[in-house]
Amino acid sequence: MVAGAVPKDAVQKDAAENRRAAAWAAAASVPDPELPAVTIEDLGILRDVTLREDGRAEVTITPTYSGCPAMTVIAFDIVRAMDAAGFPDAVVRTVLAPAWSTDWLTAAAHRKLAEAGIAPPRPGAPACPRCGSATTETISPFGATACKALHRCLACREPFEAFKCH
Amino acid sequence: MATTSIVVTETPLLTVLLRRADDALVLAHRLSEWTGHAPSLEEELALANLALDLIGQARGLYQYAGELSGFDEDQLAYLRDAGGFRNCLLVEQPNGDFARTIVRHVLFTAFSDAFWRAATASRDARLAAIAGKAEKETAYQLRYAGAWLVRLGDGTDESHRRAQEAVDWLWPYVGELFEVDDAEQAMIAAGVVPDAAALRDGWRRTVEGLLARATLRLPEDGAMQSGGRRGVHSEHLGHLLAEMQVLPRTYPGAQW
Repeated sequence: MVAGAVPKDAVQKDAAENRRAAAWAAAASVPDPELPAVTIEDLGILRDVTLREDGRAEVTITPTYSGCPAMTVIAFDIVRAMDAAGFPDAVVRTVLAPAWSTDWLTAAAHRKLAEAGIAPPRPGAPACPRCGSATTETISPFGATACKALHRCLACREPFEAFKCH
Repeated sequence: MATTSIVVTETPLLTVLLRRADDALVLAHRLSEWTGHAPSLEEELALANLALDLIGQARGLYQYAGELSGFDEDQLAYLRDAGGFRNCLLVEQPNGDFARTIVRHVLFTAFSDAFWRAATASRDARLAAIAGKAEKETAYQLRYAGAWLVRLGDGTDESHRRAQEAVDWLWPYVGELFEVDDAEQAMIAAGVVPDAAALRDGWRRTVEGLLARATLRLPEDGAMQSGGRRGVHSEHLGHLLAEMQVLPRTYPGAQW
């Protein structure tokens, strides 16, 4: 750089920002253990990642459902992912507010769920993830995980799972 | 010798928190008793999911109560005797047949749905956050149970008869949902919890509407059972707790 040296504090600020971005990327890469096609970032479970004064990373997550049994596994997977990315002894914090809803799902989550054969949430009947038909019916409003329900396509007759609109 | 029971020194806030937490935990345990016995695989999944939501809500409430009482969530769930539980009598009533389980869920959830919705405006930020989760889950549960009530009531002669018997049998337990004592009153005045008595009319409209669609008769409001909120329970709670608490009491500190 010939136009003059970049101020030292700006360099430090960039380094801190890069490190925080790396911490976020590590946490964001953790897949949901019950829906491995999507990450906790895609689902809106990951709320914040900060670097504390003591050097440890603090990761804030929120449950989809109050009783989601995956939360313990998710917290442990985060600690492992952070450790592997150079952030040992990460602290995982759980918050309830603002309450999670399916509005927190990213566009990537909608796409990845559909590709995995799970209809993404939408008002009204979900579209069949196999043939695309909108003519579907509910088999059960509950499914194999707290966030999914069971449906059937009336066009191709295949049963499928859909993310509950919540 | 098994572990010693704990007794919580209750403040009005602890009392109202334990009432909601115990309602959720006891009802969740009842629902979990259907696992392996439900009429179909879909309903087995559904009932287990209802229980899971309730256990999640109970945990949030016990964790909060734990910070105020000095006992952790497991101690509160596993080491209190029946007399220390503050749940309403309705949720501890045995499952009976599928109709009674569904009617119990409608009667209770029509109340908790209104309660949590109102509690999202609590001046207690912690309780408001728990309510923010619970209100969505409870509304979904009410839709599920309400839909089943209509199918059973407006179904075959036998399903109608059983659903009506369940409504009549459980009706004496609904009055307790709307009781307001000194502890509750203090927390209502502080803006912590909604006034349960004020939720009664809305609850009645919800239940009346569902019973009408289900072609079921609304019972007369006669004498109502009471006692659960102050620890005076039906014999059924002791049996439920014996099963729920036996492992942590027999093997103190046991970890999965």
